[in-house]
Amino acid sequence: AALPPYKKGAYGTTEPVNSFKEITSYNNFYEFGTDKADPAAHAYSLQTRPWTVSIEGACRKPKVWDIDALIKAFPLEERIYRLRCVEGWSMVIPWLGFPLANLLKQAEPTGDAKYVEFSSLHDPKQMPGQRRAILDWPYVEGLRLDEAMHPLTLLAVGLYGQELPKQNGAPIRLVVPWKYGFKSAKSIVRIRLVEQQPVSSWMKAAPREYGFYSNVNPEVDHPRWSQAKERRIGEFLKRPTLMFNGYGDQVAHLYAGMDLRKYF
Amino acid sequence: MAFLRDPKPWLFLICLYPLARLGYLGYTDGLGVNPIEFITRSLGTWTLTGLLLTLAVTPARRLTGRASLVRHRRMLGLFAFFYGVLHLLSYLWLDQFFDWAAMVKDVLKRPFITFGMVAFLLLLPLALTSTQAAMRRLGRNWQRVHWLIYPAAIAGVLHYGWLVKKDLTQPLIYGGILALFLGLRVFWRYKKTKAG
Repeated sequence: AALPPYKKGAYGTTEPVNSFKEITSYNNFYEFGTDKADPAAHAYSLQTRPWTVSIEGACRKPKVWDIDALIKAFPLEERIYRLRCVEGWSMVIPWLGFPLANLLKQAEPTGDAKYVEFSSLHDPKQMPGQRRAILDWPYVEGLRLDEAMHPLTLLAVGLYGQELPKQNGAPIRLVVPWKYGFKSAKSIVRIRLVEQQPVSSWMKAAPREYGFYSNVNPEVDHPRWSQAKERRIGEFLKRPTLMFNGYGDQVAHLYAGMDLRKYF
Repeated sequence: MAFLRDPKPWLFLICLYPLARLGYLGYTDGLGVNPIEFITRSLGTWTLTGLLLTLAVTPARRLTGRASLVRHRRMLGLFAFFYGVLHLLSYLWLDQFFDWAAMVKDVLKRPFITFGMVAFLLLLPLALTSTQAAMRRLGRNWQRVHWLIYPAAIAGVLHYGWLVKKDLTQPLIYGGILALFLGLRVFWRYKKTKAG
């Protein structure tokens, strides 16, 4: 289906954008298998309509949104973001979406809302990778409320001006460009405002290796590999990884005074 | 057409398949969007496969009774080493582009790189002493040196297992086959000591 008209976003990078083929054939989406070619091969079984996203928890106006109504409710914009995977590769991606803050504001979080928890679809019939307990399904991710309300934080529904391909997290996914890619939950069905810090699927799977914050940080290595450099897909030489993936001017203040080694 | 019945050249060609496949995929744009990762991983898994095939010769010989199989072990072992060298080269050149400082840090700090390097260093004397002349010169010690293939293969499997983000299926398959081959040897040795 065609998406409503959109405008170019205020935020973005002028770096060359990765090709549609690169962005849609090399994915980490364990719901469809752990090989990066698996999502493109297997995601056809995902049914993205009908689809609902529920906003619930510590808010005055919880709501179950129909996906098409949600896409029409907020003006869409294109955001060209860098994406840095925790594995050490990166891409530049032209997302289409709207700031998560717009949706959260409409739900009116109460004073108890300190964190936001995102849950992806859990249906092994549609997501064959979930037949194996690689992770504790459904995939859960979380942000602090101020991170979630940050204008860079996007709910993406499209890519390259088209509807989001299934292997990229259709019909709606999170994009948090200053954090490692796995923080950006895909195929979201529930957004819950909570008081306690959520435990994400990756924190459960390997607490020593994946923390709640997971900000891109060249100085804090993954226990098993260096994060100082990355390979931009399509380039031969590795390039240095930037603090907060190059979004430090916009987001560094969120972590003022925090020990980023401890809160990795 | 007697030469067609000699399995050696055929085996040699089969052993070139992993390299030919990479060449073909490179030529037909089939290496995916991260070709360096694809090449490095492919060479790594073929090195392990080569080591396992080398270790399979003795059990295969015992189970089939075909003593001639041992004639092919050296070629299998040397091909495993060949792919190991290419795997290391792809890490040094394609992946790290000879950033020696980063690589020294990697080897010292990261167990999976350390185990890979250890596996390579253990295989090096095996390759160097693979000639007939070295066999004669070393005499009984030749066997002792070539016993190093066991720790090398174990280090190789650990190298693979430590690298993956979460899904251990593939390393466990290699590890399982290696455990089976080692187990068979222990079992046969035990039987022999009991009988003797």
